[in-house]
Amino acid sequence: MQNLVDGILTGSYISLAAIGLTLVMHILRFANFSHAELLSVGAYAALVFDKAFAAVFPIAATKLAPLSLTLALLAAIVVSMAFTGATAILIDRLVFRRVREKGNELSMVFASFGMALVMRNLIALGFGLHSQLYSRDIAFAVILSRDPLILVKPDQVFVLGAALVLMAALHLVLTRTTFGFALRAVAENPALAQVNGVDLGRMIAATWVIAGMLAAAAGVFYGLSYQLIPIMGRDLVLPVFAATIVGGIGSVYGAVLGGFIVGIASNLALLVLPSGYSPAVPFLLILAVLILRPNGLFGEARA
Amino acid sequence: MTDTILETRGLTAGYVPDLPILCDVAIRAARGRITVVIGPNGAGKSTLIKAIAGLVPVSAGTVTLEGREITGLRPDRMAAQGIAYVPQTDNIFRTLTIRQNLELALRRAGPGASARLAALLDRFPALAPKLGDKAGTLSGGQRQFLAVAMALAADPRLILMDEPSAGLSPRATREVLEMAQALAAQGVTILLVEQNVKAALGIADHCYILAEGRNQVDGPARALLDDPVVGEIYLGGRRAETA
Repeated sequence: MQNLVDGILTGSYISLAAIGLTLVMHILRFANFSHAELLSVGAYAALVFDKAFAAVFPIAATKLAPLSLTLALLAAIVVSMAFTGATAILIDRLVFRRVREKGNELSMVFASFGMALVMRNLIALGFGLHSQLYSRDIAFAVILSRDPLILVKPDQVFVLGAALVLMAALHLVLTRTTFGFALRAVAENPALAQVNGVDLGRMIAATWVIAGMLAAAAGVFYGLSYQLIPIMGRDLVLPVFAATIVGGIGSVYGAVLGGFIVGIASNLALLVLPSGYSPAVPFLLILAVLILRPNGLFGEARA
Repeated sequence: MTDTILETRGLTAGYVPDLPILCDVAIRAARGRITVVIGPNGAGKSTLIKAIAGLVPVSAGTVTLEGREITGLRPDRMAAQGIAYVPQTDNIFRTLTIRQNLELALRRAGPGASARLAALLDRFPALAPKLGDKAGTLSGGQRQFLAVAMALAADPRLILMDEPSAGLSPRATREVLEMAQALAAQGVTILLVEQNVKAALGIADHCYILAEGRNQVDGPARALLDDPVVGEIYLGGRRAETA
């Protein structure tokens, strides 16, 4: 039972990251292997902004008990989401748009591999290879149940709640606003969206902003649950891709479900496999889905 | 032809550079009239309409709307100029509901959007009970009506329709073409590409015949319908029957 709860908590940030990846893969038609590095960008940006806000406003460094979070970190999360969204657009303008205009989808994939290495190494250069934490305070777990024993840290409950709020907000945008309709229209049929007056360039920029913002939140939530290391993007790329593929490329709701499936499966695997084999679970899920249901749970075949 | 709203001159266009599908095509569409473009498969009819809409690169020639050159404008800018394009297939967003399709098309209508939506539903009453359904669940004829309703949402001066009868039953074809006639009667200019030659010539005012990407013949639709030579060469190897 503890593994199931841990899996749900893990799934919450994998889902957030997978939503951004599935939007990019569907609208821009390429597998962006640098997407997980946006989680690192967001996580480290929040670390910097957290320290800056705490230094400027010492009162904001007070813990919001029982969480280990501070007001400074909450504000830092919001600012890092905006920063990472802007970073995603900048990377597109500097790299991906140029490759998109001259190359093909395969060129984009290779460019994303290169971009991932560049981003990962820049973060390592700037922050060092050692791990870092948002808070060095010991976070005590709360007993949810004694039989079976289920322990949850308040920060983990915050992560799950915040992730669900972000997912609900995106759902409302996509289903209640004409901006959301335009984004879905571009994903389904870019040419038809254009002749209906939708500015493709603006929608591509919006896609990067949404993907970057959700990646930043996912990165911070990962950092709150574990620790920040420059190679966290490398460790997360496979689960995030697995969630996207399991859910079906292009399906936001599929990405949400896929994230939770991958999170739960990885944690349940610990019951029967040594922990060293757990990272293989997302890979097995990718293989199983590609063989049994190539378009994923919610995906559709496309020309 | 007087009061020309759309004109192409020497239009050369194609999907691949140096491999034009259209060569030196010249057409004119008169305000509030139906102009039809017909011709055999591969004649370049759909490419012509896509080139006008900004979806196919133009390598030479011009497109003018009410005397202003719009050659090569982005498709979304074409829409802002008052040109609506209804593709032959995939002309609605299947994963959006019918209401969402219409609201997307109406998003620049501002505070009047609700009134415009009500007016569109009055014009296309078959869509009203299905507003919450996914557009992908509509029949072929209903999809064409939704596509035209979306085109009308932007209050266009000109509608480009690419084979609206493709894949439709005879009844649905008749309904769609009657709707085109009704729109023209209300002052909307229509440039129609159509494979159903007899039906198209029956409702059109003027007709252009393309073959191998070039202008062949043009004239009043009724006259071409009755012309035995044109019927023999371009309209299926026999004289088309008079509607």
